Amino acid sequence: MTMIFGIPIQALLGQLLVGLINGSFYAMLSLGLAIIFGLLRVINFAHGAQYMLGAFVGYLLLAYLGIGYWPALILAPLIVGVTGMIIERLALSRLYNVDPLYGLLFTFGLALVIEGAFRYFYGVSGQVYTPPSQLTGGTNLGFMFLPNYRGWVVVASLFICLGTWLLIEKTKLGAYLRAATENPTLVQAFGVNVPLLLTLTYGIGSALAGLAGIMAAPVYQVSPLMGSNLIIVVFAVVVVGGMGSILGAIVTGYMLGLAEGLTKVFYPEASNIVIFVIMAIVLLVRPAGLFGRDA
Amino acid sequence: MTDRQASPLLKVRDLNAWYGEGHALHGVSLDVMRGETVTLLGRNGVGKTTTLRAIMGIIRKRKGVIEFGGRDLMHTPLHRTAHAGLGFVPEERGIFSTLTVEENLILPPVVSDGGMSIAEIFDLFPNLKERRNSSGTKLSGGEQQMLAIARMLRTGVKLLLLDEPTEGLAPVIVERIGEVLATLKARGMTILLVEQNFRFASRIADRFYLMEHGRITVDFPVGELEERMAVLHEVIGV
Repeated sequence: MTMIFGIPIQALLGQLLVGLINGSFYAMLSLGLAIIFGLLRVINFAHGAQYMLGAFVGYLLLAYLGIGYWPALILAPLIVGVTGMIIERLALSRLYNVDPLYGLLFTFGLALVIEGAFRYFYGVSGQVYTPPSQLTGGTNLGFMFLPNYRGWVVVASLFICLGTWLLIEKTKLGAYLRAATENPTLVQAFGVNVPLLLTLTYGIGSALAGLAGIMAAPVYQVSPLMGSNLIIVVFAVVVVGGMGSILGAIVTGYMLGLAEGLTKVFYPEASNIVIFVIMAIVLLVRPAGLFGRDA
Repeated sequence: MTDRQASPLLKVRDLNAWYGEGHALHGVSLDVMRGETVTLLGRNGVGKTTTLRAIMGIIRKRKGVIEFGGRDLMHTPLHRTAHAGLGFVPEERGIFSTLTVEENLILPPVVSDGGMSIAEIFDLFPNLKERRNSSGTKLSGGEQQMLAIARMLRTGVKLLLLDEPTEGLAPVIVERIGEVLATLKARGMTILLVEQNFRFASRIADRFYLMEHGRITVDFPVGELEERMAVLHEVIGV
């Protein structure tokens, strides 16, 4: 058996793959958080609940309406995104002119309410969501066995991240977003409907969380607490990447997923805390984050 | 005071404005006729910038009358004011660092016909064409000021609110901005200018308003500038 640093190569590659899959979810979730924070200056604590909501919408569509994975891949983010826009319009938009802590508290409370409601109806045990038939089974890569669905998650998340990045960096809507992030009043004085832009941005950020949720449903179990388990790690990713940096969120998401996977191979005891150790070190050396601009 | 009988493009009456609890404008009244260039003079802190920001609707705590082309602007939300035909060039220029020069230029939406094409704008500002792909804030101060003016020209706005466009710029750049504003004026643009530099303002302004303590105290045409110079120097202290 081939060994690297005394570790069987299969074990190493296997953990790297797990890391890459976790990293895909970190990247998609921190991307949404970064977009929302960048423009709204709201730390969206409901992001984990919105991710869970995406998974549950997929599960409920299948269980009650017989709607499968592929349509759910469009419907779940759409439903979560529209719900997000309604929440922004009704509540969050009233908090922009007060201390940012209110936005944080509101979204935190919202997450508790959503998660509590689902826990009331579905308990804490996970529901199984089987991957679509096209993506069941696996592929033997020669050095390891890759479940097809996990391969799909990695590829799809790369495209989602790239697509979102292009939307922000290369389109007119993205130019409005970037400009409004710097100076919302001036952009509004130019005749752009900034309040609508804020609503749309919260919708896009929520939809990204919902999309990650439905993609996660076949990998992890669908459970009311799936989001709260993940969100703390995702916040660490955003802090390491630099609050509000889009590219930072994506790159750091994948990097920290891989770092976590590697730690599982070399020093499994530390794998749950490695991301937070990295966060602490980055905050000491570069308080604005790896990709952040010094404020 | 030509055409005082005709209705002004911009009419402001008894405008009061507040920053938080601070009462900054105490009943400002002014008119800007179509095609006219009017300059607001005054010391720092008398309310010149506040007047522009209140007209634009950036300051929402305001009372009085603001009409543009006969249309009431007091109840127009900020993002609709530009669509009425007002273009704002802030004192700090407001160039976006995460946007390229070209993205900065095409950012403000076109609000009506009659704006300049990108090609015409690049003819007027050749520097911007050369640097179209640089980040907006990599430009020199003068170039940023040019960009701040240039991006309003595409939109078809009828009135430019210009806040101290020459502040902190070298004489040769000030000269260039003067030429640009003269060109705009020749094309029929209406301009409300806040400016400390009389010499610069006297070349393009038709009329002056002098502001003191949040009020307009004197109103005179450009022809009277010389005879009023001594008084102005005393009041403004420049």
